[in-house]
Amino acid sequence: MYELRGVTKLYSRGKETVHALDGIDLTIGDGDRLVIQGPTGGGKSTLLQMIGALDRPTAGEIVLDGVDLAKLSEAKLTKVRSENIGFVFQSFNLIPTLTAQENVETALVPLGVKTKERRQRAADALVSVGLGERLGHLPGEMSGGQQQRVAIARALVKQPKVLLADEPTGNLDESMRDEIMDVLERMWKEHGLTFIMVTHDSAIAKKAPRLATIRKGKITVKENAGSK
Amino acid sequence: MFFTYLRRELRRRRKAALVVASGLALGIALVIVVNSVSSGMGKAQDKVLQSLYGLGTDMTVTKAATASASSSQQPRFQFDANNNDDSKTQSSDRVMVQGFTTLASTTVTKVAGQKGVSDAVGGLSLNVVKVDGQFTRGQFQQNQGSGTGGGNRQGGGTGAPQGEVTGGGANFNINAYTVYGTDVTKPALGPLTSSKITSGRTFTTSETNSKVVVADSAYAKEKKLKVGSTVTIKSVKYKVIGIATATSGDAAANLYIPLTQAQTLSGDKNKVTTIYVKATDSKQISAVKKTITSNVSGTTVTTSADLADTVSGSLSTASSLATSVGKWLSIAVLIAAFLVAGLLTSSAVSRRVREFGTLKALGWKSGRVTRQVVGEAIVNGLVGGALGIALGLAGAYVVTAISPTLSASLGNSAGGAARPGGGPGGGGGFGRQAAAKTLDVALTAPVNATTIGLAVGLAVAGGLIAGAFGGWRASRLRPADALRRVE
Repeated sequence: MYELRGVTKLYSRGKETVHALDGIDLTIGDGDRLVIQGPTGGGKSTLLQMIGALDRPTAGEIVLDGVDLAKLSEAKLTKVRSENIGFVFQSFNLIPTLTAQENVETALVPLGVKTKERRQRAADALVSVGLGERLGHLPGEMSGGQQQRVAIARALVKQPKVLLADEPTGNLDESMRDEIMDVLERMWKEHGLTFIMVTHDSAIAKKAPRLATIRKGKITVKENAGSK
Repeated sequence: MFFTYLRRELRRRRKAALVVASGLALGIALVIVVNSVSSGMGKAQDKVLQSLYGLGTDMTVTKAATASASSSQQPRFQFDANNNDDSKTQSSDRVMVQGFTTLASTTVTKVAGQKGVSDAVGGLSLNVVKVDGQFTRGQFQQNQGSGTGGGNRQGGGTGAPQGEVTGGGANFNINAYTVYGTDVTKPALGPLTSSKITSGRTFTTSETNSKVVVADSAYAKEKKLKVGSTVTIKSVKYKVIGIATATSGDAAANLYIPLTQAQTLSGDKNKVTTIYVKATDSKQISAVKKTITSNVSGTTVTTSADLADTVSGSLSTASSLATSVGKWLSIAVLIAAFLVAGLLTSSAVSRRVREFGTLKALGWKSGRVTRQVVGEAIVNGLVGGALGIALGLAGAYVVTAISPTLSASLGNSAGGAARPGGGPGGGGGFGRQAAAKTLDVALTAPVNATTIGLAVGLAVAGGLIAGAFGGWRASRLRPADALRRVE
């Protein structure tokens, strides 16, 4: 599915040049579950941006199903994101003025899904994450765990190939953390997704079948066959 | 989704939307008020001019100014002193042509024959000064000290009796008023058209030389005149047939009589002071003015525009304020409002960086996000426009309700009335024929469709400008901004 070769990302901070990613080589297969770990500022988020088609690398290739994302125009990258990639963010990133259902619908807007179908699919997605009763609630009226479940529904409603999660439990307390991890895991299995997650949480990292650690822009991958 | 999102944003972020909208509203309201007050000023000026000219007159023709009037034309009153015991009242009327200059009646026909002239009518403005009262002779009293006996006379030889005149003196009323000789055959033109007959009737076209008079209502009230009363001018008795009320400002004259009668009173047979001209095309006035000036020599042509230039006083001050200060003020406020709306919209986008970044991460095209921002800004602009129109209408209504009174002074080009050199001492009544005419006009602020259209246009423009600021900001956001961890 994903083939990363020599991915390098440079940022200039004043006169200094920062190597956020320094020649990353990584292969992610269909239906893989990869956890990315590492210290703050090590390049985790930058890698997620590259994989999620949010940004292009300074050098190297990111091949998704035979297409090199590094060479695509902004418009093409937008299309890739709208069709293939679902995001779950640390702070949920729901639109505060829209209801749960409308928030989920926003993911279907770029695909040109008709209003009626859009509503139905959004409602179904919310039911599947256990929020069938909360369609008309605003994010502010829901708990953190519920908000994150809305975000998961939003990420999955378009049936993407890849689910990217950036510290999905970072803003949640422990009980909710397990709840969200259960939902994510269930979705991964049900939808046959490729699931890539960045996390600080070592408990979660331990359970991961593949664990990538990024330090100073370099990656090391550890297969954890036992827990797969 | 566009409208759902838009509606939700505007409803749930009402405060921010209202701040932007009320800024625009203020600017737009100011434009409406300034605009309507300006047009009110225009109307007020028209009213002032109308009161002088009457309706339908495009220009007046008067005799070109000549050397100052000779002393022989000044009014002179001659009274004999009465005897001591005689309390007989003496009275004398002096009828003078206003401005002491006249044109021949034939000029009227000549002017009427010019190209572009639809109609011309002559009129004779007269000033009448009536002096009446008593002038008692003083009594001669001999000095007691110089003796009453005859001896002194014989011996002294001073010849004349010594003593002084005591008592006696004058007790006079001076009444000055204006009389306008109107051409009764052409009732559609001339000063009387700016008045409405409120009692009785106006002249019939056959009353060219009848001894009838139409009195101005203000003068009639002062002199207690009614339809059927008699007015005496220079010993000629006129019957009051109607009372006319000036529809705006002051009346052109106190009394109106047929032209021939006026000419007889002043002894100016076949003379007129002013010719009122109506042009065939109101857009060709300046051309017609040129034609008359060059073809009819010795005349001064005054158009409404010329007259408007001579309007001074608070009306003129307010008018120039409204057009200069008002215009610039509203432009400045509008620019400020547009800028504030733009900056607020832009900063609102900055506060929603993660929201828009997320939408972009979800695959929303930059254009769709920008459209959303611009849409919100335009709705804000329209709300601001609606508020502004409401506020502006309220402001204009308040101006009209208060109707501040403005005074307008017209320069002496009107009617060519020049103050006679060295008028009779103590003639207080001569104020009426002072060169300048002062009127009080109530200011209104009419709002017309153009102003409303302008306001709506400004509202949309304001929204677009604000949207441009915000949209530009939104279009530059990167989808990776969705991953920002700042709360």
